[in-house]
Amino acid sequence: MDLDNYFGIHAKALHVREQRADQLAINLSNVDTPNYKAKDIDFKTALRQALSPTEQMVTDAPNHINAQADFSTQIKYRHPSHEAMDGNTVDKEIETAEFAHNALSYQASLSFLNSKIRTMMTALRGE
Amino acid sequence: MSLGNIFEIAGSGMRAEAKRMETSAGNLANAGVESGSPDDVYKAQYPIFKAVQDKANHFMNNDKPISGVEVAGIYESEEDPIQRYEPHNPLADENGLVYTPNISTVEEMANMISASRAYQVNIEMMSTAKQLIQRTLQLGEQ
Repeated sequence: MDLDNYFGIHAKALHVREQRADQLAINLSNVDTPNYKAKDIDFKTALRQALSPTEQMVTDAPNHINAQADFSTQIKYRHPSHEAMDGNTVDKEIETAEFAHNALSYQASLSFLNSKIRTMMTALRGE
Repeated sequence: MSLGNIFEIAGSGMRAEAKRMETSAGNLANAGVESGSPDDVYKAQYPIFKAVQDKANHFMNNDKPISGVEVAGIYESEEDPIQRYEPHNPLADENGLVYTPNISTVEEMANMISASRAYQVNIEMMSTAKQLIQRTLQLGEQ
């Protein structure tokens, strides 16, 4: 049995969630930076990309660039609800809420993985 | 690990916001300092924030991306000092004028509150990232 398949979507989801947390953290740390535009990862597309290896380019030489390694191709600018006078489009409330939501979803994926591991352990022990 | 980056990002945010609080505190402390010449008056200082995005570099060198925010520099306010007629002041010039910096305490206080709020957001991000990493490390434990 392939462990990667056993853990399924949640192992991949964790990876995308991590990247998204990173991007939201960058937005929040730039909340007062003039002309900074808020960006976000399109979670759905990024997860689909992570799930289907056929959509990824082959990198078989050390100097090949793996564009899909960190979903940077899925980073898009957020549609701002308002723009500050200094050109900054970070909405502190939206970003904080998204960050919390993302962290919660990360924990949900962790719980799913945990229960899969527990299932596997029970089967191994044969109790 | 990507969650580890959040510590650096939030750290850079905290450094920048602390610098902003520092300059604001300096401006407030010097708001009432009088001087006998308009050239010697304290000038209000403000940090210039700049987003750090070094992803292109990271693709080439396989380094970790450096991101977050940095203080690109400090600029000094170019507002003209306030002049007051105080002939009995020992600092007054030959026309009896003393000069004080043109600093709005209300503006500085608002700046201070905004900076401390942003600092708090960075701390919360850091503690969330810490919790997530801890829970990931405990994966599979009974």
